[in-house]
Amino acid sequence: MDGWDVAIVLVKVVVVFALLLVATILLVWIERKVVADMQNRIGPERAGPWGMLQTLADGLKLLFKEQIRPNKAEVGMYLLAPVLTLIPAFLIFMVVPIGPSFTVTLGGIEREISMQGTDLNIGLLFILAMSSLAVYAVVLAGWSSGSKYPLLGGVRATAQAISYEAAMGLALVPVVFYAGTLSISEIVASQAGTWGGIIPRWNIVPLFVSFVIFFISIIAETNRAPFDLVEAEQEIVGGFHTEYSGFRFACFFLAEYINMFNMSAIAATLFLGGWNGPTFGLTGFFAWVLPIIYFFIKTFALIFIFMWVRATLPRLRYDQLMQLGWKRLIPAALAWLVLSAFVVGIRQFGAPWS
Amino acid sequence: MTELILFFIFGSLALVGGLTVVAAKNPVHSAMGLMLTLFSLAVFYVVQAAHFVAAVQVIVYAGAVMTLFLFVIMLIGVDKEENLTENIRFQRPLVVLLGLSVVVIGVVVAVGGRFTWVTGPAIAGPEVNGTVEAIGDDLFTVWLLPFEATSLLLIIAAVGALALAFYSPRRRQRSEEDAP
Repeated sequence: MDGWDVAIVLVKVVVVFALLLVATILLVWIERKVVADMQNRIGPERAGPWGMLQTLADGLKLLFKEQIRPNKAEVGMYLLAPVLTLIPAFLIFMVVPIGPSFTVTLGGIEREISMQGTDLNIGLLFILAMSSLAVYAVVLAGWSSGSKYPLLGGVRATAQAISYEAAMGLALVPVVFYAGTLSISEIVASQAGTWGGIIPRWNIVPLFVSFVIFFISIIAETNRAPFDLVEAEQEIVGGFHTEYSGFRFACFFLAEYINMFNMSAIAATLFLGGWNGPTFGLTGFFAWVLPIIYFFIKTFALIFIFMWVRATLPRLRYDQLMQLGWKRLIPAALAWLVLSAFVVGIRQFGAPWS
Repeated sequence: MTELILFFIFGSLALVGGLTVVAAKNPVHSAMGLMLTLFSLAVFYVVQAAHFVAAVQVIVYAGAVMTLFLFVIMLIGVDKEENLTENIRFQRPLVVLLGLSVVVIGVVVAVGGRFTWVTGPAIAGPEVNGTVEAIGDDLFTVWLLPFEATSLLLIIAAVGALALAFYSPRRRQRSEEDAP
């Protein structure tokens, strides 16, 4: 551990930070365009080419707006919540590998630099831990606003997070014992190659049910439509962020989109093979940059499904949300878990009747 | 050195959190204090290279248990005055006794210079990156029986909760009427 190692870590942190901010700016614009197209509207088109700079303009506007603070708010928690919402959002992406590693010579030593913030031995658990912390900001924002609608939003957020976290965790267990590790980079490595040269060895092929359960759960975890009861405009005004304005509101907005990007990236990493893909016998720089492009294509494909779902489905009622979570997803995830454990067992030890 | 600095930062944070739990008037503040304490403990686990335990600590306690606490507090209503009468009679003398014994142990360790009590024995052999494998091995070989017993206990608790939830007086009445 010398100065260069510290510098590498710092650069990685800055890159992750910048990447997530740029991705958010793009995401908001893409979402508005995609949803507009699906609803036969034009969407943003004035700021920049095809309205690409609209998000930037909106962000600047929010930055300079007055920040209102309600008299009945619990000041400490009220100010803490927007910051708290950003921390897990930025931390989650630190364990996601976006491409193969490369080697450079720094300070006289050849170093292998992975395209991943840090390769934790418990990467998958880290993701679960951070996503379970994300709900605190929403709950605290709702409670500390000192107003009825935000409180309702906060209570809804808690119930929703608890219900869908269980399904999400259960859906990930089969991935762990297919790969035999909790480290994200090793899970990616275990998905390299193909079956018979045609079907890629991605986890989505043997674990399709897990993927579907996981995807539904992450839509609920990120509070996106049709699971956006936390901020249902028609029922509880703005939900937990009703009383927030200006930059503090922007924090919540930013965190929502970063979370959407994170979760899509994680789904792509765990089920769609991460940065794996054909390199067509290329070497050197192209063999390094192509997987990164694959990674982003997969991530944005999943993000497109997020937007598609949002434009298509109406919001669930509260009892429907709970029924789907507890009576459909969790039993399905449990049954699938037992089944895939059985399959893995047969693979490893042979059939019990043989 | 890093360990020492982290210990002082998060040790004091854990203490602040613990004091908040008992001293705060508002139950939500108490819950957040407990959350702070649990999170600081997770940091201690990371410092001790027990990454798996740290992650589980955050997922289970900070993630699930505390979220439930907050949910219950908010559902019941946070504006109500709490009833502060003490039901356990020997609470206060007991607290003084236990607190004093902790202080005495601390002083004995500090005076006696036996800091292995605090730092633990030095780890021999190569450093392991995380402890998932080690915990898994031990859990399914050495500690298999306690592990299975615990899982049985949890299942019984879950089934019990289900039974209580489905058991309503009206239904019992009806089933008694149905009985021949």
